[in-house]
Amino acid sequence: MTRYFTKEHEWVDVEGDTGTCGITSYAQEMLGDVVFVDLPAPGRVLTKGGDAAVVESVKAASDVYAPVGGTVIEVNADLEADPALVNTGAETGGWFFKLTLSDASELDGLMDEDAYKAFVATL
Amino acid sequence: MMGHARKTTPEGGQGGVQTWTGNRGLMLEEPLLFEKGAVDRCGVDLPDVPEVKSRLGGLERHRPIDLPGLSEPDMVRHYTRLSRQNYGIDLGIFPLGSCTMKHNPRLNEKMARLPGFADIHPLQPVDSVQGALELIDTLAHWLKMLTGMPEVAMSPKAGAHGELCGMLAIRAALEARGDSRKVVLVPESAHGTNPATAAFCGYAVENIPADARGRVDLAALKARLGPDVAAVMITNPNTCGLFEPDMIAIGEAVHAAGAFVYCDGANFNAIVGRVRPGDLGIDAMHINLHKTFSTPHGGGGPGSGPVVFSAALAPFAPLPFVLKQGDKYALIEEREALASADHNQSFGRMVAFHGQMGMFVRALSYILSHGNDGLRQVAEDAVLNANYVLASLKDVFTASFADSGPCMHEALFSDDFLDGTGLSTIDLAKAMIDEGFHPMTMYFPLVVHGAMLVEPTETESKASMDELIGALRSLARRMLADPDAYRAAPYLSPRRRLDETAAARKPVLTWREPVLAVAAE
Repeated sequence: MTRYFTKEHEWVDVEGDTGTCGITSYAQEMLGDVVFVDLPAPGRVLTKGGDAAVVESVKAASDVYAPVGGTVIEVNADLEADPALVNTGAETGGWFFKLTLSDASELDGLMDEDAYKAFVATL
Repeated sequence: MMGHARKTTPEGGQGGVQTWTGNRGLMLEEPLLFEKGAVDRCGVDLPDVPEVKSRLGGLERHRPIDLPGLSEPDMVRHYTRLSRQNYGIDLGIFPLGSCTMKHNPRLNEKMARLPGFADIHPLQPVDSVQGALELIDTLAHWLKMLTGMPEVAMSPKAGAHGELCGMLAIRAALEARGDSRKVVLVPESAHGTNPATAAFCGYAVENIPADARGRVDLAALKARLGPDVAAVMITNPNTCGLFEPDMIAIGEAVHAAGAFVYCDGANFNAIVGRVRPGDLGIDAMHINLHKTFSTPHGGGGPGSGPVVFSAALAPFAPLPFVLKQGDKYALIEEREALASADHNQSFGRMVAFHGQMGMFVRALSYILSHGNDGLRQVAEDAVLNANYVLASLKDVFTASFADSGPCMHEALFSDDFLDGTGLSTIDLAKAMIDEGFHPMTMYFPLVVHGAMLVEPTETESKASMDELIGALRSLARRMLADPDAYRAAPYLSPRRRLDETAAARKPVLTWREPVLAVAAE
C-alpha cells in the first residue's frame, strides 16, 4: 500500500485499483473542531481535483477534492454520527471514502509523505 | 425539575460576587418563555367557550396544547430583559467587516413610518398607491444614476437573493442565444455567497486564485476563460478590502470570451458617488440597501437587494417593475403586459409581491438627504476611517496586504502576531466582548490565516475609533504578555465562552419540558 498526498491536503492510500481518501492531520488542525462531513454517494464518478466532499468546522466550510479520479464504492458512515473522528484520526479512522481508480497514472503528480511534510513546512 | 434554573451567574469576574437571583446588579437574568409561563395564567380575557357539537370525527385534541400562559407585563419584561443583553449599532461601534454596520439615520425611520408608506397593502388597487409607486420609481432612477446602469430590478430581498437574480438573468440571456455554458468562475477574494449562488443556478464553480497583492490573478483568469464559461462573479472592492484595479481589463476579457461579469455590490459603500460600476464593464450587480443606504440590518430589519443590469441583460430582468405611463405609475406584473419589446424576455418573478417597501423609503430618504456631495463624502470617509484603523494597528497586528497600498472600506489583519501563544483570532474576539465591543468578522476571507476584517464605516467618529483602537492595542499587548489569561474570555458578558463545537455537533433545537424528558428515558 502506498500513500500519496495533494497540495490541497488530501491523502489517498492505494491498494491495487482501490484508493482510500481523507484529509491530512495538518488540514484538520487548520480547520479546528469538525462538526459535519458531507460525503459523496457511492456510485458517484469523481474527477481528479473535482469536488468530492465538504467538511465543516466551527471556523469554516471547505470543499474536499478528489486526489485522484474514480468511482466511489464506499463511504465512512461513522463520520455522520461522529464527525470528531476527523480530528482524532484524520489519517486513520477519519477516512472519507473509497473509490475505484479510473486511471492510475493520475497518481504520478502526487507527493509522497516526505515531500508533503516538506511542503507543509513551507506554509 | 420544574421552574427556573438559575445557573448562569458568571464564575469569577466582578470580584467573584455571587447573588441568590443570578442577576448581576441591574443586569437581569431571564428564563425561556416556556420555563417562565404557567398554564393557569393568561394575558387576555377570553370568553368561555359554549358547548359545541364537534364535526372533526374523533380528531379533536384531548390534551392541553402546553403553550405557556403569560401576562402582558411578563412578555414586556421578557423581551426588554433580552434586549438589554443584546448589542447593536445604537449602542456602540459594530466593526463587522463586509457588513457596513453604519448608523441608521432617524430621518429614514420618520419617513418610513408615514402612514401612506407604512400602512398600505400590496394588493391595494394601484390607483390608491401612486405615491408608493412613484417612490419606487424615483429610487430606481437614483440607483441607475449612481451605478451608471440602464436597468434595475427592485424586488430582490437581500444580497444573496440579488446575486441569484443577477445570475438567473445571465442564464436567461445565454439560453436566449442557445448557449449552454456550464462554468462560473469565482475569485478567491469574492464573497462566500457567490459560489453558492452559482451552484444554486446549476453552474459548476471554479476558483480563480488571488495574487500576492490580494487581487484577482488576471493572467490566471484570462487563461481559464473559454466557450464553457458563463460568467465571472467578482467582488469589488473585494473581500480583502482592496480595489480591483484590473476591473476594466477583466470585463473586456470576459466579454471577449462571450461571458458576463457579475459584480457583488456588497462593498459599494466604498465607492458610491465616486465610481460607477457601469463604467467598469459590469453586467449585473446587486446593491445592499441595508448596507450602503443605511437601512437597518444585522437582525434588526429586513434586507433589500435591488439588482442593476447592463443593456445586454436589461431585457431579461425579473418582474414586477414600476413603469411610468403618462402621469400615472403602473405596476407591470405579467410578461404579456409589457408594451416594450425590450423587456419581454424577463426570466419571471422572484418574490410574491414587489420588494421591501420600508427599505425603499429609508434608502431614498438617505440618498436625497445626503445628495451628490454627501454620498461622495460617505465613500471618502468610509475609506479614510478604515485606513485610520489600518494605520493605527499595523505595528501590533499583522496587516496582511499593507504593503500593497491603502485599503478601501475595511482593514484586513491575520492572527500571525499571536504565533507561539496558542491563542487565535477567536480568543481576541472573545476578549473584545469583555471590552464592550462586538467583534470584527473572523476567519473570513480565507486567503489569510485567522482573518480579522474590520469595517468601521464612515459614521464612526475619531473618538469612537480611538476607543476601539486603544482596546485592540491593549489586548494585543496583554495577550502576548499573559496568553493564559485569555483562553477562557469573555469573563464579564451575560454568558461565558459558549461551546460552539457541542452546539454544532449535538444541537438542541426544541424545548422539552424537563419532567417529560425524564419520563421518556
